[in-house]
Amino acid sequence: METVLFILLALSSILSALLVITTPSPIASALYLVVTFFCIAGLYVLLAAPLLAAIQIIVYAGAVLVLVLFVIMLLNLKRIEEKISRGWKSAGIVVTVLLVGISFAAIAASTAVLVLGTQDVPIGFGKVATLGQLLFTQYLYPFEVVSVLLLLAIVGAVAIIRKQGSS
Amino acid sequence: MTIQLSHYLLLSAVLFSIGVAGVLTRKNLIVIFMALELMMNAVNLSFVAIARYMGDAAGQLIVFFVICVAAAEVAVGLAILIALWRHKGSMHIDTLATMKW
Repeated sequence: METVLFILLALSSILSALLVITTPSPIASALYLVVTFFCIAGLYVLLAAPLLAAIQIIVYAGAVLVLVLFVIMLLNLKRIEEKISRGWKSAGIVVTVLLVGISFAAIAASTAVLVLGTQDVPIGFGKVATLGQLLFTQYLYPFEVVSVLLLLAIVGAVAIIRKQGSS
Repeated sequence: MTIQLSHYLLLSAVLFSIGVAGVLTRKNLIVIFMALELMMNAVNLSFVAIARYMGDAAGQLIVFFVICVAAAEVAVGLAILIALWRHKGSMHIDTLATMKW
């Protein structure tokens, strides 16, 4: 069952990711990106991380994609004629194929390490209580830093968008 | 066939490479932006997979922080895109050549 779900989710995420980068219209690629995010959230559930799956859907499929779609529609983006030289395009494809090949080789070469941890998950693993406990004790400092970073992002975004000279 | 860690890592590598291909071959800034998001999600996936197989919840917390930073990045990135649109009236990446050496 888990195997079937994994294969389904993996194939659909790869397919929708390919569609994201190949569709000419930006709106269509944003919608395909939603599909990819949902597939990855499903994989998180398979990996015993239900809280992260919820955050993935709320933050990525919700907030981020709404923001992207909003910008696309606000700017009334038309299709950009993408005149990409054939050399550049094939260079991109070659780099990608090489990257996939190298990662396949690296993962295949390190199976001795990877077989190690197939034990059962600890009780409460990935639940809100466990993660919250860690977040507010051991990782309190990074948590506070992230909150300052989010504040800076809000102020920075407003400062960048504001028209020059208006107060 | 049972699903092992390496399958998740392979899927993550494939998704990351698709993101790289998108950044390299597209000219629309918004699409490049979405390809970057795709790469970040691929890395998150391998973090969660390794956390699951090591039985260590810290890997999931890292993903939590990455998602927070990604949210900040999206806000600032889209603000820069809107400022660029106002300034140049285009979303083509070649309009960003001012700082090109």
